[in-house]
Amino acid sequence: MRHLLRKETGIFVLLVVLCAVVAVMNPRFLGAENLGNMARLIGMYGIFSIGVGFVIITGGIDLSVGSVFALLGILLAIMLNERHWPPAIAVGATLGLGTALGLLNGFLVTKVRLQPFIVTLCGLLFYRGLARFIADDETKGFGRAEGFESLRELTTGTFLGLPMPFLILLVLSAAMWVVLHRSVYGRHLFAVGRNEDAARYSGVDTNRVVGSAYVVSGLLAGVAAILIAFYTNSISPSSHGNFYELYGIAAAVLGGCSLRGGEGSIIGILLGTVLLQVLQNLVNLLGIPSSLNFAVMGAVILIGVLADQLLSRKSSLGSQHP
Amino acid sequence: MPPLIELRNIVKRYPGVVALGGVSLEVSPGEVVALIGENGAGKSTLMKVLGGVILPDEGEVLVDGEHAAIDSVRTSESLGIGFIHQELSSLDNLDVAGNVFLGREPSRFGLMDRRRMNEDARKVLASLGLEIAPDTPLRSLSLAQRQMVEIAKALSLDARVLIMDEPTSSLTLSETERLLQVVRELRDQGVAVIYISHRLGEVHQVADRVVALKDGQNAGGLAKDEISHERMVRLMVGRDLDKAAVPAARSIQDDRLSVQGLRTSRYPGKEVSFAVRAGEIFCLAGLVGAGRSEVVQAVFGTDSRAGGSVLVDGAPVPEGSPSGAIGAGIGLVPEDRRGLGLIVEWPIRENLTLPTLGEYAGAGLVKAGPEREAAERQSKAIGVKAPSTEVRAANLSGGNQQKVVLGKWLLANPKVLILDEPTRGVDVGAKAEIYELMRNLTDQGVAVLMVSSDMEEVLGVSDRVGVMHEGTLTGILTRDECTEESIMRLAVGRIEAQ
Repeated sequence: MRHLLRKETGIFVLLVVLCAVVAVMNPRFLGAENLGNMARLIGMYGIFSIGVGFVIITGGIDLSVGSVFALLGILLAIMLNERHWPPAIAVGATLGLGTALGLLNGFLVTKVRLQPFIVTLCGLLFYRGLARFIADDETKGFGRAEGFESLRELTTGTFLGLPMPFLILLVLSAAMWVVLHRSVYGRHLFAVGRNEDAARYSGVDTNRVVGSAYVVSGLLAGVAAILIAFYTNSISPSSHGNFYELYGIAAAVLGGCSLRGGEGSIIGILLGTVLLQVLQNLVNLLGIPSSLNFAVMGAVILIGVLADQLLSRKSSLGSQHP
Repeated sequence: MPPLIELRNIVKRYPGVVALGGVSLEVSPGEVVALIGENGAGKSTLMKVLGGVILPDEGEVLVDGEHAAIDSVRTSESLGIGFIHQELSSLDNLDVAGNVFLGREPSRFGLMDRRRMNEDARKVLASLGLEIAPDTPLRSLSLAQRQMVEIAKALSLDARVLIMDEPTSSLTLSETERLLQVVRELRDQGVAVIYISHRLGEVHQVADRVVALKDGQNAGGLAKDEISHERMVRLMVGRDLDKAAVPAARSIQDDRLSVQGLRTSRYPGKEVSFAVRAGEIFCLAGLVGAGRSEVVQAVFGTDSRAGGSVLVDGAPVPEGSPSGAIGAGIGLVPEDRRGLGLIVEWPIRENLTLPTLGEYAGAGLVKAGPEREAAERQSKAIGVKAPSTEVRAANLSGGNQQKVVLGKWLLANPKVLILDEPTRGVDVGAKAEIYELMRNLTDQGVAVLMVSSDMEEVLGVSDRVGVMHEGTLTGILTRDECTEESIMRLAVGRIEAQ
């Protein structure tokens, strides 16, 4: 527990320093418009990052979320804009399908005993291909959202001065914090991630726990898919959501989730998400060529992880014991 | 002639603990020195100094009478010191020769010279009297054979001193015999052996001299003709322990656990039937590979059954589901304490409450107060020695770890408790406490099913002993009928006409 707190402190310090530097170099960073837009993005990214974090805590990985965004986005556009389904039904179908895809991943990982990396890599390829096929490789969109304007407000609107996606994230993360850090189920998630065999020997239904993490990831990906689709407003099946799974993984790992499983926290995942968005923003604000976008992100993540590694190695040497 | 190895006043301090407070030890060629002491006495730390794993804070190491600065494992090896660790470090994806020559594979033109490697490996194996082909994959060997491969590796490094840390803790009786024979042969060839073991029977058989440690200090020694069980125990714990580990059952009632026609995945063609009654300790004895662990795994549901049924108080136990077995009132203390019994990175509290977490929760949320209270109460009741229940299980000694595993099942109030090798690698004092806990349980009407390969334990603890041989139960002995001989006879498959 102390270890986790230390990990979160580290990324928090890094975040504060980075914000201070950007704010000094370009005061527009703290402008209402910039902060508002960043909060909107943090909301959307944070929601699915929590799902990815759940899977990572069980010792698995979910590479499929980016392609799920493309598939669900295309389907949502077709349902609302072409078929004119009632918004509530379209939303329900999108969330249901996201959950079902998570369930499929969970089934393949726990019952068929395939490796999570392979299962979700195949998902990444398959759903992307399916999205392109369904859309006939054409960009779909919501136009002026006639008939479902209020639905679009979930992404574009504000409440109490805060962007809606950010508010949704706050509510969801509060709920997920309770689930992960206070519930019996949350303890079981950490148990299977740390030592699946020992958990099974203690009576934890490990298949159900691991499988459910993928379901959570699928459901949260469904929520994020709707918000992201309305954010971009037009969905190009071949590029929509590209790399998003990696943002989720990076946020979780930066926030202290171990890829070996058994470690992580909601606060950490949120801090990781915020840090990634600040990095994106920094590239824009500091006039760094946007082609360097990924390079900056990669370098900062690497430095963060290296610093953490050095610190933990130092502290573990100091407390070595027979 | 100076001794081969001399350790003088070795001191090693850790924050808050003095692991070694000035320990000395001499070893000469051609002798087996047994190093005994309770867990935490400093045996392993002392050997790590000699093996170059840790640096002492004070003291001196002399090899052949000359000062030797052992600052790495490599230096230690080059001085002819071979270290066989308690947890085997062999790689099971390689074959035997690959393990023996790991890190120093013979090569020609930069390519590995397989032929020479196999040839050299065959020679070393033959010198140990082992008939294993050098290209046998390690994973197809038994634990005992892997141990021999480790010894072969040490010998191929021209080891003159062999440190063996609990070498027999996972071996069966006959494998142990074989290993002790090898130790004697090595001694006769002039190798010095430092032998660490909790099994005093073995020490008695193999040691030329005994050196005891207690709390990081020398606690005396025994010459060969002074070695006796009682004397060794007295040196280690400073008190006499009862020879009979546990008093007989107070009252034995009806069948609690009944196993009927059980067929395991390993021996699908053989049926095992027995019953464990409320109030008794029933032990499954036999050689490793006899199918004892498979039986308890099938009962607990961590292994599937090929057939048969398991009942607790007459109610069937669901198949293939540990949570189902726990629901039926069964608990299992597995053989692999660190890998299966505990989540070692977790604190004592979370380990204790894992199977019963739902009892300290409302609406699926854990109530911190009741959970902590239950953990602290249980920890105290079973005598876990730790400053608090927030200490990570990894930082506990083997005996205390085992108490935590036991404790988590006691919190579940089981009707049947299964213990697989409950005191492996546990020191004498903690052993006695664990036996006492087992007896307290049976006095409360719990049925205890134990699997053990430790003959002293089988004889000293059990009310009845079921002996297995190659998947079948060859006989059940009462406490009075149990002798080492009667058990061994059944274990090797000779069924006596009663």
